[in-house]
Amino acid sequence: MTRDAPLMPPIDETNGFFWEGTRQGELRVQRCSESGRLIFPPRVRSPWGGTGETEWVVVSGRGTLWSFVLPHPPLIPQFSDLAPYNVILVALDEDPAVRMVGNLVSEAGAAINSVDPETIAIGAGVQVVFEAVSEEVHMPRWVLT
Amino acid sequence: MQRDAAAIVGIGETDFAKELLPSETSLAMEAILLALEDAGIDASEVDGLASYSMETTDEVEVARNIGAGEITFFSQVGYGGGAGPACVGQLAMAIAAGQCRVGVVWRARKRGSGKRIWSDTAVEFSTPAAWTRPWGLIRPVDEIALLARRYMHEYGATRDHFANVALAFRKMANRNPKATFFDKPLSREQYHQARWISDPLCLYDNCLESDGALACVLVSSERARDCRAAPVYIHSFAQGISRQAHTMTNYWGEDPLMGPSWACAKQLYRGSEIGPGEIDVAQIYDAFSPLVPLSLEGYGFCERGEGAAFTEGGGLELGGRLPTNTSGGGLSEAYVHGFNLINEGVRQLRGDSCNSVAGAETCLVTGGEGVPTSALILRK
Repeated sequence: MTRDAPLMPPIDETNGFFWEGTRQGELRVQRCSESGRLIFPPRVRSPWGGTGETEWVVVSGRGTLWSFVLPHPPLIPQFSDLAPYNVILVALDEDPAVRMVGNLVSEAGAAINSVDPETIAIGAGVQVVFEAVSEEVHMPRWVLT
Repeated sequence: MQRDAAAIVGIGETDFAKELLPSETSLAMEAILLALEDAGIDASEVDGLASYSMETTDEVEVARNIGAGEITFFSQVGYGGGAGPACVGQLAMAIAAGQCRVGVVWRARKRGSGKRIWSDTAVEFSTPAAWTRPWGLIRPVDEIALLARRYMHEYGATRDHFANVALAFRKMANRNPKATFFDKPLSREQYHQARWISDPLCLYDNCLESDGALACVLVSSERARDCRAAPVYIHSFAQGISRQAHTMTNYWGEDPLMGPSWACAKQLYRGSEIGPGEIDVAQIYDAFSPLVPLSLEGYGFCERGEGAAFTEGGGLELGGRLPTNTSGGGLSEAYVHGFNLINEGVRQLRGDSCNSVAGAETCLVTGGEGVPTSALILRK
């Protein structure tokens, strides 16, 4: 999609609403229209309702840090200059079984290596922020609450 | 499947190294012909083939090169390191069902000198990749490290437990002249001083990057009794995908620390007269050291959360609770998508392993935890 957003997936029928949401400063999650259960990653139908119908909802963007890693080289060029950076897994407040891969940053727009790794801990409360890496791609990232 | 209906009667393998000059196809041929020779069966009798979907040498190429007969069964199994035991198991089922008589399974790979799959940024995005790679979760080691950190947090596992795994398998390799790390001992100090790859995992938590090929030959148990080598029976076989599973990134199910091993183990023991308590030796897929405690739990050798403690006091070493990866495994012998674990399981039950477990009559062989997986219980 853009050189500025490394490894962006092609936008398709299942993920368009998510990236449209981040452009508007919203964290959107797919939901089963029948059971109301959140679905992540999004897919073509809900496994939990008879009809399979889905919709999307805006969630609070609050969650808990479930785990994290600090990748070191060898990496691909898009990330090697940033290493060691962090990658976190966030369990959403609305449903802790919905876990999103992201990065912890010191503030909105800061780099993915901006947080001292010593201060990252499982169980920390986090809040989504958005970084416009291009006009099209606004990456959700996370700050400590 | 029907217990003990088919048996492995031949094994073969090339040398293992960071770089071997022959092509993957040439390496495959070498391993397959060695396995047929070990079995004492002529290539013209081969009528069944099974392989990994990631294999580059396809069935027609193998059949034409070895001079196989008419092939009446061929299958491929997906998901990389989850596939090995399934290739053997599917061929055993085909033999038991009468679809073929002499089956060959093989894996040839130049992962040592070839490219790293994860470094390809042009590949099409599968579902998990689309939700992981944009944030820098790039390599299999990163994906497993995320589970490993959580495992440490929930159960009090430490890096010393992962070191127990790496050191146990290294000791096995130090007695196996074929192992890449045959002449390189590993100390706990070296482990802790090693560079990070994906914190909390260091260099020695990662498998080797190897070139090499392996193969084995299967026939019916009836025919196996007339073969050159002592038969090793496929006692039980299972495959498993857990609910809401993904490949490598099982973060989105109810319980990410209960991976496909759990689903696979249930079916494996359902079809078995041998339970975890009766398994004498194990070959557990070890692309990364944390997969071992997770698999020990999944396959019922201990309770959930106790896999790390199971490695204490030499638990995985010769004379320990469960001697594991007795040729050195992926961490210290070679990483050929886990096929070396199958051949080592056969050697253990023939009694000619470099680290023979005295009186071993049963062996568990597993595919990778964290991916759609498979497992075998082998017996004498």
